[in-house]
Amino acid sequence: MSPDNHKNIDLKFNTIRKEAEKRRAAFRDAPVPKIHIGMATCGIASGALETKKAFEEALVENNIEARIHTVGCFGHCYAEPVVIIDHPDSGFPPIFYHEVTPGKAKMLVKLFLGDGDPRFEHIYGATEENELIPSVTDFSRFNQEKRIVMEKCGRIDPEDIYDYIAAGGYSTLVRALKLDPEEVIKEVEHSGLRGRGGAGFPTGRKWKLAKSVIEQDKIVICNADEGDPGAYMDRTILESNPHQVLEGMAICAYAVGAQQAMVYVRSEYPLAVKLVTNAIQQAEKLGILGKGILDSTFDLKIDVFQGSGAFVCGEETALIRSIEGYRGMPRHRPPYPVQKGLWDKPTVINNVKTLASVPPILNHGATWYRGIGTQNSPGTAIFSIVGNVVHAGLVEIPMGVSLRTLIFDICGGIPNNKKFKAVQIGGPSGGCLNEDFLDTPIDFDSLTKAGAMMGSGGMVVMDEDTCMVEVARYFLDFTQKESCGKCTFCRIGTYHLLKILRRLTKGEGLEGDLELLETLSQDIQTGSLCGLGKTAPNPVLTSLKYFRNEYEAHAKEKRCPALMCRALTAFYFDLELCARGCDACATCCPVDAVFTTSNRKKGVDQELCVKCGECLVACPPEYDAVRKVSPPHLVPYIEKPPEKNKKDHK
Amino acid sequence: MMLKLLVDNQEIETREGKTLLQACLDNQIYIPNLCYLENVERPSASCRMCFVEIEGIKQPVPSCTVQVRDEMVVKTDTPGVRQLQRTALRLLLSVHDVDCKNCHANKNCELQNIAKFLKVGLKPKRLERYLKETQIDETHPFLNHYPNRCVLCGKCVHICRGKHGQSVLTFAKRGFDTVISTYSVTDVSSLACSDCGSCVKACPVGALALKESS
Ligand SMILES: Cc1cc2nc3c(=O)[nH]c(=O)nc-3n(C[C@H](O)[C@H](O)[C@H](O)COP(=O)(O)O)c2cc1C
Repeated sequence: MSPDNHKNIDLKFNTIRKEAEKRRAAFRDAPVPKIHIGMATCGIASGALETKKAFEEALVENNIEARIHTVGCFGHCYAEPVVIIDHPDSGFPPIFYHEVTPGKAKMLVKLFLGDGDPRFEHIYGATEENELIPSVTDFSRFNQEKRIVMEKCGRIDPEDIYDYIAAGGYSTLVRALKLDPEEVIKEVEHSGLRGRGGAGFPTGRKWKLAKSVIEQDKIVICNADEGDPGAYMDRTILESNPHQVLEGMAICAYAVGAQQAMVYVRSEYPLAVKLVTNAIQQAEKLGILGKGILDSTFDLKIDVFQGSGAFVCGEETALIRSIEGYRGMPRHRPPYPVQKGLWDKPTVINNVKTLASVPPILNHGATWYRGIGTQNSPGTAIFSIVGNVVHAGLVEIPMGVSLRTLIFDICGGIPNNKKFKAVQIGGPSGGCLNEDFLDTPIDFDSLTKAGAMMGSGGMVVMDEDTCMVEVARYFLDFTQKESCGKCTFCRIGTYHLLKILRRLTKGEGLEGDLELLETLSQDIQTGSLCGLGKTAPNPVLTSLKYFRNEYEAHAKEKRCPALMCRALTAFYFDLELCARGCDACATCCPVDAVFTTSNRKKGVDQELCVKCGECLVACPPEYDAVRKVSPPHLVPYIEKPPEKNKKDHK
Repeated sequence: MMLKLLVDNQEIETREGKTLLQACLDNQIYIPNLCYLENVERPSASCRMCFVEIEGIKQPVPSCTVQVRDEMVVKTDTPGVRQLQRTALRLLLSVHDVDCKNCHANKNCELQNIAKFLKVGLKPKRLERYLKETQIDETHPFLNHYPNRCVLCGKCVHICRGKHGQSVLTFAKRGFDTVISTYSVTDVSSLACSDCGSCVKACPVGALALKESS
């Protein structure tokens, strides 16, 4: 854009920024305490709405003045609802409180805001270094993270564009608008940014391809379909800082020459839909989006499209079809979307995290970005870590950190003194890795080499009680259901895989099943039309490779080593330990499968038992008499007194 | 412009703009296929049968998705290709009601032809057979549909849409349950089906038939 234009842009943006700074200063300098409450879906699910209400009520009741600042997600799911109280008059630094129930909220208002007592027993940590309270940055869950994409998540109000601008937001768009589009693309290319939607395609190259298409009408799509079970990175970003994603989209559109853009978000994410829609409206109102952005000659209209939540619609060609109003079925590529995309127009599709990485990259420069992460995978990786791990939640780490560091240092390891068994990375299309891989660095190429994949960032940690055949069955059940049904391999092949896995977990495996799983998986990988089918066998192939003995135990001995598969396990009571006259197990058994032996101990009627494990929980720890075994025939014979005795007894 | 390709060590000539599959078929080189339709801009590529190996490309590719290039070197019968074709066929047969004697497409059926060509028996050996409950879907006023014969190639859907602007037949449900459905069309007067029959002709197997009465 011409220098004339540059001046207009600066003028216009400076007015907006001044207003933002004024508002922020007014908030900051107000002589009252501030209460920051995490209010993304995760917080709300843990009761943040009730917590907020409790704060409001308590403030009125105690006649205390304070400002409530609703923010997005900090990523610390294990600690929700999370609240930070900044009460300078108390002499304490801002304090991070976890699991703030309404009761805790009322108490904190009264005792901390009212009496200046921060209630040490409830403190998680101070948010900054200080002399009085240990800081959260002492914990590796905080200090080993590197927040680039999520830097502002949990710090700003996602519903207030001025909050984002005051934190430096949209200044990168201003800078980009004063560069040539080619320079913007070059910077992104130099940064080495790779797509965070799964495949890791170089973003700069994608933009360059789109730029080089002569056609005028181009489209940018932000892919927020996020269909992996258990993954919520994109949702959290959209709910915590939608403007950073919009800023990335605007920069992308400017660089490739698009005037139209879309956020494709599943309708199961109502809060994300609402917040993004609201963010677009606010940006348009301020002239940061829409016609003549910041008084320049660049126009961009961003719309929100709500998908119906099919996993396959995250695949870019299916996504396009679904926007066009067709059944969400993938199509053969090439042509790639950058050549022929939505309504046959050149279309750049990028993941939420990819686009949200763009403003920090342009802001700090490609060299800075390259300095984070590894040679071939620069930048950070965002994972939603769930399963058997102490500090579950969203984590942003530099690429190259080992799985061990992530799981054991940053996320606190495996709970309940259990042993680590496997980690599933990359969602349903990823792979299960065993402990031999714990020192694998997390980056695109290392994970792919190990047979897993980066995917979009889902990570499930599993302990020793997890059966890998069952895990493979679970993921296949998902992919099989989510197959669009178009191509032969995926539609029928994954169904066979599922059926075979199902019969293995039931002890009904047939001769040659493992070999069949293997060859069929390989053919589905090579033969399928789209990424869904091509990657669906990954959980099967990796678990077969790294946990083969477990498959063999199921197939040959009808045994489940992890004691997880119900059909292959049975319960009994160790009569040496079982306490005479104790009825704990019998009273909790939902199917009356527990009987009393002739010497008033307990036995299990195997015919009736549904293997729910309630007795295991109910048996008092001082007896610890319940045993679970596999295969079921290992259960010792315990004589059941004749039925009529029981009746007589009554 | 005419192009020369080398397919299975045999030189063939073809015109620019053709798909590799079409070029081979034009030159009497048979490649198994079920969903391919000539002159469709973007092939469905869903049956996963027409794999070939092309020099310079690691893995087999469906030849319907490839535009011919001059001096392309192609092999249609490598072990890799045959492996995929046989598995695809076996998968299709594992959900197929193999009852050829009672099927109107007997001896005029692409599945039979391909099985013969690939030397695959019609009864699956290693794969279990899973059939749908509905044997005949008779909801359409003029057509009967046999879900357990259908290979879901989509030809009928495409042809119908091409002819009538809007398809009476369409895909319904998802994944393994995907079927061709008419969504219970009720307005008989709006249907041109009685004297069309294009879908029945397009079906490579015996999954569609005009009702006796119509
Ligand atoms: C079955 C399937 C599901 C996918 N789901 C998503 C998704 O939810 N979000 C996403 O960004 N990409 C998803 N992708 C990848 C997209 O096709 C595409 O590669 C990506 O959006 C490109 O963006 P990127 O270059 O920024 O990664 C999926 C791919 C497949 C095969």
